[in-house]
Amino acid sequence: MNDTALSIAASVRSGERTARAVIEEHLETIAAKEPELHAFNRVTADAALEAADEVDRRVSQGEDPGPLAGVPIALKDNICTRGVPTTCSSKILEGWRPPYDATVVTKVAEAGAITIGKTNLDEFAMGSSTENSAFGPTRNPLDPTRVPGGSSGGSAAAVAAGFAPVSLGSDTGGSIRQPAALCGVVGVKPTYGAVSRFGLVAFASSLDQIGPFATTVADAALLYEVIGGHDPNDSTSMPGPALGVAKALDEGVEGLRVGLVSEMMGGVIEGIDEQILARTRDAADALAAAGAKVEEVSVPAAVYGLTAYYLIAPCEASSNLARFDGVRYGLRVDAATTAEMNIATRTAGFGPEVKRRIMLGTYALSAGYYDAYYGKAQKVRTLISRDFAAAYENFDVLLSPTSPDVAFELDAKTSDPLTMYLNDVLTIPSNLAGHPAMSVPYGTGEHGLPVGVQVMAPALGEAVMFQVGAALERSAS
Amino acid sequence: MSERITRDEVAHVAGLARLKLTDDELDRFTGQLAGVLEHAADIAELDLDDVPPTSHPLGLRNVFRPDVRRPTLDRDEVLASAPSVEDGRFRVPPTLGDAL
Repeated sequence: MNDTALSIAASVRSGERTARAVIEEHLETIAAKEPELHAFNRVTADAALEAADEVDRRVSQGEDPGPLAGVPIALKDNICTRGVPTTCSSKILEGWRPPYDATVVTKVAEAGAITIGKTNLDEFAMGSSTENSAFGPTRNPLDPTRVPGGSSGGSAAAVAAGFAPVSLGSDTGGSIRQPAALCGVVGVKPTYGAVSRFGLVAFASSLDQIGPFATTVADAALLYEVIGGHDPNDSTSMPGPALGVAKALDEGVEGLRVGLVSEMMGGVIEGIDEQILARTRDAADALAAAGAKVEEVSVPAAVYGLTAYYLIAPCEASSNLARFDGVRYGLRVDAATTAEMNIATRTAGFGPEVKRRIMLGTYALSAGYYDAYYGKAQKVRTLISRDFAAAYENFDVLLSPTSPDVAFELDAKTSDPLTMYLNDVLTIPSNLAGHPAMSVPYGTGEHGLPVGVQVMAPALGEAVMFQVGAALERSAS
Repeated sequence: MSERITRDEVAHVAGLARLKLTDDELDRFTGQLAGVLEHAADIAELDLDDVPPTSHPLGLRNVFRPDVRRPTLDRDEVLASAPSVEDGRFRVPPTLGDAL
């Protein structure tokens, strides 16, 4: 295993090694493996070395560059970086250099982290395999014939391949947790509003969250604490500072109440791989052995999550993506009139999955259908939140598998959108309810590929979620 | 919930979304959108008359900030990424007049 963010930061802060050496080492790994994997849309080597020298200068002058001093970080390419192209893996943003940094980018830089590149994704974060990228797919570092999951597949692969110990992704319906599971790393979707989304290119605004990938739960906790907290630039961000979670990591699970969500354990939600269910039961058993009280619990409305999501997310996307019209940024395909230019630009710039979702959302929001589709889905969302709230009255955390499948082969699910959408069936309910959820690697399934177990907690319950995640990590190793 | 989406409706929706679809795409999208919308039947059956809708999952509302002047984005930096610019503004093809 490569260095963790914690060990890199400790050694850079103490002067034991330089940030430049850390970056050079990671650039060598990238040079060796990136041509096969394509985790990045862009490697920012020169800027990273320059930033490393600045960190080293500060250390040599007795300053502390921060808790992520010298730590390489990879950023999903839908997170804005000032002056550095941000593509969303779409042709429609061709040539665009954001005039500002996302708040999370500012925060990680202020903590001493060094951006090493922008990672590939399904176009505008719409997908579960990173095959919907205008720049070609990313491959799974554990088996390059397979997908890394998605949509944050590049960020998951970058961490799994040792390109960076940590990365940031975005999770609208599982886009951090599912690729984390498929690549055998830790992935966290924070509480809705716990992390600023200022500078995240919007997909579905009532669902999107930025969160960390890492090889260890402790690294994910460290990065979570750095990026969290209120941001006046994001009106959906929760008041108050970042939640402290690192202190909970060593607390153990004695006496904690853990609910195994029965609908997600086979039977009700169908199509979950048997070995994945078995690993999830192993995880529950391990928590019980460590002193937790584990019981099955029902969250009945969770079964409607997929349906509600595939109405809500496309509706919000169709509205959010209306801004890509060839006027202010990115691609323009010239035409005689502005209206024709808008159409020509969007037709050439968006890929098939993005068009599909824009169409679906536009239809579902059109006159006569709004109440039947978007309105109804928002009400279902209330049911899902209520059922989770009822479960959290009796349980501190809930447990389920993260993904119904281990990493699948490229092209295995591209022919039918519905088959691809099913990848998110276990992760979507958390986005709809707004609560935090994380995926922790827990053993292997078919073909020896990693399995992820999902820990869910009540809104703003990140501390107990990380506490249980850390216990799972200890029992898995 | 509603009748199966037709090819004509898909073409109409493409117009609303400012997209131009080929005949092949129209055929494919008609089938695929119908497939997704069929799933909405799952929730069409639910009695939700007394259930309020959720827009913000945690119910945060009415967020205010102090009404003070702050620096905005640098105009030249914003325009540097625009496809076409004239006199410090975004330039577009004709929107009115003979060209239409």
